[in-house]
Amino acid sequence: MKALSQRRRHPLAAIALLLMGLLVTGGIYAVASTANEAQAQTAVSASDVEEGEKLFVANCATCHGMGASGTEDGPSLVGVGAASVDFQVGTGRMPLQMQGPQAQVKPPQFTDEQTRQMAAYVASLGAGPAIPGEEVLDTTGEGVDPANGGELFRVNCAMCHNAAAAGGALTRGKFAPGLEGVSAKHTYEAMVTGPQNMPVFNDANITPEEKQDIIAFLEVIDEQGSPGGADLGALGPVSEGLFIWVAGLGVIIAFTVWLTSRSS
Amino acid sequence: MADRSHGSPEHSGTVAKPGQGEVQKFQDPGLPPHRPRLADVDPRAEKRAERQVGMLFTVSILGTLIFFFGYFFIPLDETIATLRLQNLLLGLGTAFAMLGIGVGIVHWAKTLMPDHEVSEDRHVLRSEADRVDAEKIVGDILEETGIKRRPLIRNTLLGAGVLAVLPAIAIFRDLGPLPGDVLKHTMWDEGVRLTRDPSGTPIRASDVTIGSAFHVIPDGLNDLEHKLEEKAKAVVLLMRLNPESLAPSPGREDWGYEGIVAYSKICTHVGCPVALYEQQTHHLLCPCHQSTFDLTQECKVIFGPAVRPLPQLPISVDDEGYLVATSDFQEPVGPSFWERG
Repeated sequence: MKALSQRRRHPLAAIALLLMGLLVTGGIYAVASTANEAQAQTAVSASDVEEGEKLFVANCATCHGMGASGTEDGPSLVGVGAASVDFQVGTGRMPLQMQGPQAQVKPPQFTDEQTRQMAAYVASLGAGPAIPGEEVLDTTGEGVDPANGGELFRVNCAMCHNAAAAGGALTRGKFAPGLEGVSAKHTYEAMVTGPQNMPVFNDANITPEEKQDIIAFLEVIDEQGSPGGADLGALGPVSEGLFIWVAGLGVIIAFTVWLTSRSS
Repeated sequence: MADRSHGSPEHSGTVAKPGQGEVQKFQDPGLPPHRPRLADVDPRAEKRAERQVGMLFTVSILGTLIFFFGYFFIPLDETIATLRLQNLLLGLGTAFAMLGIGVGIVHWAKTLMPDHEVSEDRHVLRSEADRVDAEKIVGDILEETGIKRRPLIRNTLLGAGVLAVLPAIAIFRDLGPLPGDVLKHTMWDEGVRLTRDPSGTPIRASDVTIGSAFHVIPDGLNDLEHKLEEKAKAVVLLMRLNPESLAPSPGREDWGYEGIVAYSKICTHVGCPVALYEQQTHHLLCPCHQSTFDLTQECKVIFGPAVRPLPQLPISVDDEGYLVATSDFQEPVGPSFWERG
């Protein structure tokens, strides 16, 4: 609180206050609306949907079919919602570079504007999770509890994404990606939509406030780093074992050579 | 190919004959000539080595001081940054404290202590007379105790010795009650609600959308005193998939509810939590040894060292729309044990 009062004359104070106000309104709204209801859409116009359809036909329809009804090569996108499009296209996973065990992250192929238009088009085909607004992604607000987020993360996420969120292997070439540097928006969208083999964690399972806690936890461990120095990728016994076998045994061998050598 | 069908081995000149490959008897080269070290001949080098050893011991002293500085003077608030600093100081301090002494002593011995070579000849092993002496001592002891002549003492001693071990059984028994049948039952029972882990709030069937995975504990678990003991057996993973992709075997048709199924999270191999659910392939992967269970085949093992499928928890919906268990698991959860049968 002391740090807060010192910064009350900061030029960004007004913006922070505004954000806090938005958060409170957003929070009240979230409580008022039922858990499974799609969240408030970011404003889209008819022209966005039209532009999005053009982009979709040109770039996505080969696999997902005209009208996103699905083909043998790609699933139907009716009802997946704007959040799904924003996640898959915004992280560069879609359009798919090649067939494989799972879509991989690459530099996004579309601008934010184009992504928004495609999301608007897909959202217009059937109701689904919307792109989360700023108010649910802000983790600086009051009542956000990273410790609770940590507990939820360990119960729901850590078995695939690793307790330190470093990612891990799944079956047959699939994997859960590491979460360092993933934006709050994409983390939230992944939980809501369950991309690829990730299960869906809808708002009835993990409420928007709890999702906020999880995102806050991820930000905290990103900022604080490892409690014990170099974490060697936080991958556990494989990287740690390799290090100690190579470096530790190397040091022991060097000492043995020194112990038995004659002094000059 | 050379023609080897004629002549005899003795005259061919290619075959080794006795006496031909004999070498001179190997001579013991003895010890190499003694070579004085730099510190033996140069007083300045000797002084330098002395200073180096002293410096290494000082490093050890500093290491210990660093340890105590980290231990007493780093206040632990709630951030990881100070914890990391303390860890670093404790680790570096102990490392330097130990290494300084060890390296110093070795350096001291190598440079300053006398380095003349010494050889110790092996002494003769046991002589026959020693063996006879030892045998006589044992015989004397037996004779003097009179254990052969006094069967009363011998028998009571034997009895006392055997009985004195028995209290150990009672002591080990007190380590804990026998497991009884706790391995065969869990908290689940008819009408127990499925609740979220860790909050313990009940789950409506309508909350579980297709593709969802819920981590579930039985209702009331959080109120128990030793809740981890029950949680270790009762954790369940709840998933919903398209009912068409499930093919329940006869007798298990009503164990799920509209595509919602609940399976024990404890691997049947060695008991790790199997919670890596792939919602498209419907595979459940155990992170410890990669046992893979196929949800569409009632969690049959399709890869890895586990041999039994994950036990299914029969579930239904109560009047208020919440998911409830209709009974306990029909078989013991988790890895095999002796009396499992």
